[in-house]
Amino acid sequence: MSITRTAPELRARRPRPFGWIGAGASALGRGSALCAVASAGAVPVLAMACVLRMLLSDGTRNITTHGPYHTWVLLGLALLSLSAVRLRWAVRHSRRLVGRWCGVAIAEPYRPAPTGDQVGRWQRISWLLNDPATWRDLLWTGLNVVGGFLLLLLPVGALAVYGLSYLLIGGRIGHPDASVPSAPLPTPPTPPTPAAPSLPTGSGRPLAGPVHSLLHAGVAVFSLALLLCLLLTAAALWAAPRLLTVYGRLAEQLLGPNREARLAQRVDHLAATRSDTIDSGAAEMRRIERDLHDGAQARLVAMGMTLNTAEQLFESNPQAARALVTEAKASSAKALAELRDLVRGIHPPVLADRGLLDAVRALALDLPLPAQVAGTLPARPPAPVESAAYFAVNELLANVSKHAGACRVWIEITHNGEALRIGVTDDGRGGADPSRGTGLRGLERRLAAFDGVLAVSSPPGGPTIASLEIPCALSSPKTSSC
Amino acid sequence: MRVVIAEDLFLLRDGLTRMLQAHGMTVVQAVETGPELLAAVAAGAPDVLVVDVRLPPTFTDEGLRAALEARRGAPGLPVLVLSQYVEPLYARELLADGTGGIGYLLKDRVMDSTQFVDAVRRVAAGGTAMDPEVIARLLTHNSGNGAVASLSPREREVLGLMAEGRSNAAVAQQLVITERAVAKHTASIFLRLGLQPSDDDNRRVLAVLAYLNR
Repeated sequence: MSITRTAPELRARRPRPFGWIGAGASALGRGSALCAVASAGAVPVLAMACVLRMLLSDGTRNITTHGPYHTWVLLGLALLSLSAVRLRWAVRHSRRLVGRWCGVAIAEPYRPAPTGDQVGRWQRISWLLNDPATWRDLLWTGLNVVGGFLLLLLPVGALAVYGLSYLLIGGRIGHPDASVPSAPLPTPPTPPTPAAPSLPTGSGRPLAGPVHSLLHAGVAVFSLALLLCLLLTAAALWAAPRLLTVYGRLAEQLLGPNREARLAQRVDHLAATRSDTIDSGAAEMRRIERDLHDGAQARLVAMGMTLNTAEQLFESNPQAARALVTEAKASSAKALAELRDLVRGIHPPVLADRGLLDAVRALALDLPLPAQVAGTLPARPPAPVESAAYFAVNELLANVSKHAGACRVWIEITHNGEALRIGVTDDGRGGADPSRGTGLRGLERRLAAFDGVLAVSSPPGGPTIASLEIPCALSSPKTSSC
Repeated sequence: MRVVIAEDLFLLRDGLTRMLQAHGMTVVQAVETGPELLAAVAAGAPDVLVVDVRLPPTFTDEGLRAALEARRGAPGLPVLVLSQYVEPLYARELLADGTGGIGYLLKDRVMDSTQFVDAVRRVAAGGTAMDPEVIARLLTHNSGNGAVASLSPREREVLGLMAEGRSNAAVAQQLVITERAVAKHTASIFLRLGLQPSDDDNRRVLAVLAYLNR
């Protein structure tokens, strides 16, 4: 969810009302907010460090004097896990903010949480602590705190030096009002500005002048300081958006999944989809076996028996034998029909002959409501993808005719060079929910085996738009390269 | 009557040849593949083609496409298509030019030789022979559309049998009504589907087309 919300197209930048100054100012604010959020993650960590410190100093004493040392250990671990959870919460927020403000969408690198009834506190703690992403989060928080501190140090240090020089000059000159207003001005909070420390030396030089020109010198110092302040502010405004971008890159490096985490996530996904695929494959085999066993096979056996009886009856009772042969003929026709249905269920002949588009057109012809099929496919997708897409559309259309109460349905099939896209739209009553319907859930799982996704938009009152996307190349040499 | 057969299974090809010959037809050529079929049509000037949908070399709808191409070369050339399965989409493509002389049957129907040969004759004469299964699927799924929807259930039944290629007499026998009643129903069907009396010969084909084409 968070990924889709921070997708780049949703963050389309609006033009700033005050040009680059406005952009710089907002970037400054955002940078400070990001630092604050990230540093918030440090609070629980600090608390944890304090507890550990107490444990180390008090614990040894308590062993001998108070006895229940393990209660302290338990308390420490509870705080540890709590702080890890808090840390994760804070980092999650900065991840979201970085996504929104720095233009860098960052996926979560965490390992999936342990599931099942037997998951105790220990498992959760070890899950939190064993995840390398937790330690990278910690590193990120630390860097943020230190970096933020250093950034703060620059303007504060500049202020301090400036203030000191003011005291020195002002004390001698006796014209404090000449440079008072300049003191609070150089306060761009975050940007590191190497120019800042040079301020006091520039303002300290006129000290050597004669006493009567001190007033002029004071004015000169003031205007020089003002100029420097303005320059500083401008530099800060100019640098802030760029720094924010750098910050985003850095955050992506530390907060996003690294190669290892990405591989781990991929392995988890593949393991899940593989077991789904195996399950559904096995279920399908069982269905075919059952259909053959109870249907065609049984009919063929019955037919053989009928023909056998007929053979024996030919001499004694040709009338009855003829009736039996007629029966056997009917039986063979039924067996054929069943086999045909079975084949259609495994791999529809039109799909094999003509490909997805015509197979879906044929499906549309079978619907009890008017259906319009549009779209083009320059070539055929790989057979497994084609088959999966066909059965997915079949299921969606079955849903439409069974539950939607629709008057029309539109199907669109396209390929954008990377993925096969199919949209099924109906004007029915809406309210379809993949999390409720087992059919849509099953569909999602089967598509996941191809890294495909299903999105259903179905507000109450309709219309329902189901769109599915399966990444694949088309078979033609022209399009397979893209 | 001169027939060209295109079927890749040897047993069925042989059986078809024997059956048609037994009923007094001349099998000009019995071929295996789509390209061979086109060559045979060009060479043999047949009166009717009997074609399997799935043929080598592609083992997809090669036969159907070859038959359609042959019909483009010789408009109105009667074609009876056999298939392991029926697909209304294919039936629609076959009937698309509206000239008739089209049949589309399940291979199962070959088992009843008299009915099958009857279907070949009807198609050769410019009629239609749609498989009852195609008709049944269209009747159950396609009844909510356009002019066909305005037909009464009885009229739809008559239209179904008409599409299969039955004559009025055969329809009357099947539905256990008089031939006069069938004639009344067909007149009403033509009226509701907006088919003019002038093109009398093809009105039956056009009526079938009306509900294949929606």
